[in-house]
Amino acid sequence: MAEPTPTPENVSVTIDGMTLSVPKGTRLLDACAQAGVSISHYCYHPGLSAPAQCRMCLVEVEKSPKLVASCVGTVADGMVVHTQSENALKAREGVLEFYLVNHPLDCPVCDQAGECKLQDYVSAEGPPMGRSKEPKRVLGRDDFGGDVMFYADRCVMCTRCVRFMREVAQDERLTTVQRGSRTVIDTFYDEGLTGNIWADNIVDLCPVGALVSKDFLHKARAWDLDRTPSVCPNCSMGCNVRLETRDNQVMRLKPRPNPEVNAHWMCDFGRLNYSWMNRVDRIEAPLVRDGGRHVPMSWADTLTRLADALRGAAGGARAVVSPFEGNEGIGALRRVLEAVGGGDGVFRCEQGEEVILPGFPELALRRDRAANVVGAELFGFARTGGADGKGGLEQAAAHTGVLFVLGDELADAPADFGANASLFVYVGQHLAPAARNAHFVLPATTFAEMEGTFTNIQRRVQRFWPAQRAPGMARPSWQILGVLLAGISEAGAPGTAADAFAGLGAVRAEFGQLSWAELGAQGAVLPGVRELQETGD
Amino acid sequence: MAYPYRHPSEVQLLSKHFGEPEARTLQGWVERGGYQALRKALGMSPADIVTEVKNSGLRGRGGAGFPTGMKWSFMPKKEPGKPHFLVCNADESEPGTFKDRELMRWTPHALIEGCLIGAHAIHAEHAYIYIRGEFFEAAQIMARAIEEAYAAGYIGRNIFGSGIDLDLTLHIGAGAYICGEETGLLNSLEGRRGEPRVKPPFPAIAGAFRYPTAVNNVESLIAAAQVVLNGAEWYKQYGTEKSVGTKLFCVSGHVKRPGNYEMPLGFNFKEFIYDVCGGTPTGKPVKAVIPGGSSVPILKADELDIGMDYESMAAAGTMLGCGSVIVMDEGVNVVKQVRRMVDFYAHESCGQCTPCREGTAWSSKILRRIEMGRGAPEDLDTLLQISDNMSGKTICVLSDAAAAPIVSSIQKFRDDYLALMQAGQLAGAGVR
Repeated sequence: MAEPTPTPENVSVTIDGMTLSVPKGTRLLDACAQAGVSISHYCYHPGLSAPAQCRMCLVEVEKSPKLVASCVGTVADGMVVHTQSENALKAREGVLEFYLVNHPLDCPVCDQAGECKLQDYVSAEGPPMGRSKEPKRVLGRDDFGGDVMFYADRCVMCTRCVRFMREVAQDERLTTVQRGSRTVIDTFYDEGLTGNIWADNIVDLCPVGALVSKDFLHKARAWDLDRTPSVCPNCSMGCNVRLETRDNQVMRLKPRPNPEVNAHWMCDFGRLNYSWMNRVDRIEAPLVRDGGRHVPMSWADTLTRLADALRGAAGGARAVVSPFEGNEGIGALRRVLEAVGGGDGVFRCEQGEEVILPGFPELALRRDRAANVVGAELFGFARTGGADGKGGLEQAAAHTGVLFVLGDELADAPADFGANASLFVYVGQHLAPAARNAHFVLPATTFAEMEGTFTNIQRRVQRFWPAQRAPGMARPSWQILGVLLAGISEAGAPGTAADAFAGLGAVRAEFGQLSWAELGAQGAVLPGVRELQETGD
Repeated sequence: MAYPYRHPSEVQLLSKHFGEPEARTLQGWVERGGYQALRKALGMSPADIVTEVKNSGLRGRGGAGFPTGMKWSFMPKKEPGKPHFLVCNADESEPGTFKDRELMRWTPHALIEGCLIGAHAIHAEHAYIYIRGEFFEAAQIMARAIEEAYAAGYIGRNIFGSGIDLDLTLHIGAGAYICGEETGLLNSLEGRRGEPRVKPPFPAIAGAFRYPTAVNNVESLIAAAQVVLNGAEWYKQYGTEKSVGTKLFCVSGHVKRPGNYEMPLGFNFKEFIYDVCGGTPTGKPVKAVIPGGSSVPILKADELDIGMDYESMAAAGTMLGCGSVIVMDEGVNVVKQVRRMVDFYAHESCGQCTPCREGTAWSSKILRRIEMGRGAPEDLDTLLQISDNMSGKTICVLSDAAAAPIVSSIQKFRDDYLALMQAGQLAGAGVR
């Protein structure tokens, strides 16, 4: 280890024998983390104030008469900290024993089991056996409104939920009532949390199974879930999330911290709007129209036929894309349109009221309720239709040349949509009635089944990863359109999402200035932010 | 109406006018030399007042015994636009304590004077008296006295033509022991839940409404007013070298003459109990004495030959606290008394810190089980370990307070516990 170099802003602190240099004023708990020592804590959370009340994070500091709560204690130069001393271990074991005095130990039926900090800490540092022989306090459970159910007996009284509603949501709906071991979290009003779209964050914050999601209740065990980093597709904010799946079904969305986008939070609208990812009525094979019916065909034959058809197509091209598609698919479509002589493209997006999170105003449920509106605009697609995400397709419906539809289900389109098109290509997930006239129906994956990127309202390009297996022969749209492009132009076919992303620079130069690697897990902002933000509205 | 009991060994500086209803009125108080201290203080610079009180050696009478002048000197330099506050802690709620109540009942103007002098000393323009919610009568008397003093111009703008403005507000609590803890009190004063705050920052830096604040006990402020009037040297003639002055002792339990006694600090404790208070009314020997409020360690009968001052009490392993003496004779079941105290702390724990929230309630349940005859000797080890886990591990000292009687009673009256266990075993075996 390199010798720490003290600077005026840095202080030297020794933690469990390791000396390190950290900025003055660093929280002891964070300094310990830098030294590789993780300190148990309940009430402290980086997104909230620190009340230092759980007393779980006590550490021994030399020359301090009492143990120090490392969540509020800060480093001082020359400080010597012992996190594993007899006193510190005994204190933390003691606190854990106190938690177990009234805890119901109903892990077998508790939703939090497997991701519970009480289980974790007791396993790590708790007493080998509880000594309490006394009857436990029983408080029962309460529907807190919204998506939140409260199991009072499991509560460790860390008050993260109360502080989230007070400090971050700034909509004081929860409080502590009573005193001593009768203290319990409660709502102020009859409606409880109903109506506050940020309320489900308290379920994430709850370190134990006291606050649970009604939507997720008893649906899956934590250890059966697969967790995939992703981006919430439900508005143009692009909150960083994890898609949590079991048996290929999305079970829930959880926020993934990103200080530039969503901090630790996400809204209930985005969180609970995932059932469409589990739809079973999917197109599973490429379909080619033969007379009045669609016939399944192999990808190779389908794309060869489509390329041939495109080469002979006349009448100019038009396209409709869905803002739920990734940058790579939309960009590939733009390149295909250019290869056949260019053409207008539109997208539609449902809109709603913008709801800002007061305690972190960078985050809001944005007006556009789809992830990639900015991406669609950057690739030259114009907004059409109403705030309900419908209408505006008259020109496309009556188009007599080449017509592409990518992702948009055309749920509101009439049955004769595209009937006059010389070549109608439908790349999508579901076989909507309006697709009946398509000459080619190509099964595409949803964002949850592939790798790719969205561009959010801050013009931050963020990656998502495949969380579900694609049904049948469905393929990512960037792959379908990329192979097609290779068939009708000099471009090479992309083998990976990274290849597809690299091809975007050919359509929008600013994408060429970002590398796949620098996107990382938290994304990167496209150059030229200001100019582009103006066009974004 | 004469005050119930007086004793020639008393030195009545603060309690002199107890039992004189006229002293409650502004006129009566002025006739007794009242408001001279305030008049003198307003002519002094704040720094001089602080120095005088510091020199007197007066220590806070709320229980901790922290030097009053020193506390005032911790206040930061006054900055324009940043108010200072003086808050008088009149939430006297330690079981067995009733000295501040008597001070306010009989000499409300003395407290007004003390608050205004203290406020002036720390550059505060507004003082608050946070009075315990259950003190209905004392609150009424204080409210009337404050009204009278405002009307006479003793509180308010340009007091005595000094150019100094001081306001005083009486705030009535809602009845919680924890609001006697100074930061819990400040939260309650601000309209928040009465929960102690994490320190630092201390109230001198961020107190009431997050502004610099001094929190002083009723008795401390009244004593400080007398120090200002008569000088530090005058005050030093009472008490011992390190425990200067007089102190009100509230005596309850098994004594012939319970009540408040103002004794010079250092007075012999045994003499106090047997002579001043008259010993036990039943004639049974004294078994145990709690010398400073229910949260201090218990003394046995053979440990009483000590001085009633901060140092001697500490040397005997206990604390002078707020001077609340609870005497128990041989007829008392110590386990039951301790259980009742711990019940109190379990009820009054604010519920923030885990060791206190869970530890007080758990201890109370174990003690009750022992009391019912269903205990076992290993329960005592558990109790001691719980107490250890509760002590020094929390934001405030309520859980330390709850642990003290448990630990000292097990150490000193283990036989009482074992007797209950044995009786329970015999009863269980059908032996009566």
